Amino acid sequence: MMIYLDNGATTKPHPEVLESFQKVSENYFANPSSIHELGGTVSDLQSEARKQIAQILGVEPEEIVFTSGGTEGNNLAIKGIALEHQNRGKHIITSKVEHPSVYNTCKSLETLGFEVTYLPVNRHGIVDVEDVKQALRDDTVLVSIMHVNNEIGSIQPIEAIADLLIEYPKVFFHIDAVQSLGKVPLDLSHEGIDLATFSGHKINGLKGTGVLYVKKGTTLFPLFHGGGQEFGIRSGTENVAGNVAFAKALRLIKEKEQAKRHELNEIRMKLYEALEQMEGVEMNSPKEGAPHIVHVSVPGFKPEVIIHALYDQGIVISTQSACSSKREEESRVLKACGHDRKRASSGLRITLSYDTTEAEVQTFLQAFERVLNELRKVLE
Amino acid sequence: MIYDHILIRYGELGLKGKNRHLFIDQLHRNLKNVLAPFPDVKVSRARDRMYVVLNGQHPEPVIRACQKVFGIYSMSLAMKVENKEEAIKAGALKALNNAKDAKTFKVNVRRAYKKFPVSSQEMNRLVGAHLLKNTTGISVDVHEPDVEIRIEIRENGTFIYSEVIDGARGLPVGTGGKTLLMLSGGIDSPVAGYLMMKRGVEVEMIHFHSPPFTSERAKQKVLDLTGVLSQYGGPITLNIVPFTKLQQKIFREIPNRYGMTVMRRVMFKIAEKVCERRGILSIATGESLGQVASQTMASMNVINEVTNLPVIRPLVAFDKEEIVNIAKKIGTYEISIRPYEDCCTIFVPSSPVTNPTRKKVNALEAGVDFNEEIEEALRNIEVLEISHAQTQKQPFSDLL
Repeated sequence: MMIYLDNGATTKPHPEVLESFQKVSENYFANPSSIHELGGTVSDLQSEARKQIAQILGVEPEEIVFTSGGTEGNNLAIKGIALEHQNRGKHIITSKVEHPSVYNTCKSLETLGFEVTYLPVNRHGIVDVEDVKQALRDDTVLVSIMHVNNEIGSIQPIEAIADLLIEYPKVFFHIDAVQSLGKVPLDLSHEGIDLATFSGHKINGLKGTGVLYVKKGTTLFPLFHGGGQEFGIRSGTENVAGNVAFAKALRLIKEKEQAKRHELNEIRMKLYEALEQMEGVEMNSPKEGAPHIVHVSVPGFKPEVIIHALYDQGIVISTQSACSSKREEESRVLKACGHDRKRASSGLRITLSYDTTEAEVQTFLQAFERVLNELRKVLE
Repeated sequence: MIYDHILIRYGELGLKGKNRHLFIDQLHRNLKNVLAPFPDVKVSRARDRMYVVLNGQHPEPVIRACQKVFGIYSMSLAMKVENKEEAIKAGALKALNNAKDAKTFKVNVRRAYKKFPVSSQEMNRLVGAHLLKNTTGISVDVHEPDVEIRIEIRENGTFIYSEVIDGARGLPVGTGGKTLLMLSGGIDSPVAGYLMMKRGVEVEMIHFHSPPFTSERAKQKVLDLTGVLSQYGGPITLNIVPFTKLQQKIFREIPNRYGMTVMRRVMFKIAEKVCERRGILSIATGESLGQVASQTMASMNVINEVTNLPVIRPLVAFDKEEIVNIAKKIGTYEISIRPYEDCCTIFVPSSPVTNPTRKKVNALEAGVDFNEEIEEALRNIEVLEISHAQTQKQPFSDLL
């Protein structure tokens, strides 16, 4: 039996989600824009999916735009606002610890003449609202801050930032909520929030699915032009089966959040406290972080070695974040938190799901300790 | 939940003199129908009120259902206690503690049951003192209290409540006769139906369906609209008239610009026949003056010529915006704006006549006999009984 503790990278699709995807693909394959009966039925089905998502997120159906996932959602939100509103200003505020799909999107806009402020974070990876305020300028068009950090699980003060931004009605506020969906509540009805990105595969849904919340009245320059689907914001024949699968995954994860959030938090606390006690292990995640992410560094050890050693025992964890682990040696996020090179290049991320059991976590802890001891012997 | 009753007040019903009991009986029936999905809930009647006894049912959905019943002026979630001073004090305290963020309060006692030994004034004072003594940080404000604790001492018990919730007002459906509503699928006609129901009128629907020029989905729209409206007055009979042959004949035989006028006349003829058959005394439409070509005064004059039944147009003086607002409020707007052709939009000529005359239209119709097709259409009417529950079935629930 594999113990999968890399749920921050992706989750295992729920069987019911797969079943929906398959049924829709088989029975409702028509193009929802076609005017014949089957097309109409497929269009209805997608509307129902959109309605269900909107209802669960507490927004209006017209505010839900289907996307292919987190990277697209973040790109669409950031580039969409930047390009659409550039005559009003070309300044963007984000943080140093954003996911690459936000960070590199902002970097790309710099090459097009935009100015970007990358806000610092504290030791726990958290942005200071006061810094946001100081960074705001007359030509600021967008603030993009993630809700839960994908690497270390810190929770940003979204509500306080949104409160602040109510005072700046010309500035759009985008939240990368990919890691928080189903784990940390987010009130999208907050007046200060304009855009929020969600992804399906982090919530036991499917890769290639996701939604972007776009508050009514917010206009975006599309990334894709074409047949005008998705309110003209995102052309392309709709991935109805994927969109329905997202609606289902969202419903299921919300049910689990209701029933098991407390329990997940408890399991994480036990994991956190056990790791805290281990020799040579440094905690990078704040104790009061998202209920599914624990990030540690074991300076002096190459993280790949630990990951491979654990994998041999059927336990899957990862380094920093899957999206950047292939490229960067040191974690940009850990460096932003003020950690030195040694610590920043020895990160390990353990990410849980609602299906993770306490027994699995105990097995991991024992294996982890064993692996560390053995490696120490080799090194000595 | 501390409240176990919903107190129902009727508004205008009090004005109806001798017929009063007929109105109240109807309201009682309608209320019971609306609450049928809640098996534990009972409705009981007092002289000038009704009480919905919750018996453990959560009040939220019950209130929402009651808010759709015409004839109810207002409602309150209430708790029933014994006619004893101590019980009343304890109940009032619960009600105050239950009120969110209340910093100030006022007590308002009504003693309808005069045999209760303590006067209203005295009870006000006693209850107020009890509340002050047993709470902290809450004071009395008789002018603008955050919460008003109302206490009604009646023969069968004392009711304590603090909030008054608006009802739908109007008159109970079924007290105002019956009308046949011409339902197109657009925004206006469902609103007209709603307003008729609000005046106590029972509504039956007639819809003209022209396959393949109008799709099954246009028909579904009409079914869904009827379903929404049935929440306000119980199941609704829907007559679906096959209209294709007539429409084709009009298109062929009548100059294009007059097609709409003649089509409307034919629809009215059919509607009148349906009224006759079903014992209905009037026709209602969603027409509003000046919106489209068929709704000018001249058009109304010509179209109305074919029937001497009363044609009621509750929206005649409404602005589009007002109509849209009602449609949104009652839940028909989203259905109405679904983009499917209905029989009114599909044969619309590019420039319909806005100023037709009876003389001209009669001359145009003189050579054309629609009777045979009208008879055929009447023979083939599809009659459906639509209730809200039916149309509420979520079609894709297994996938979502």
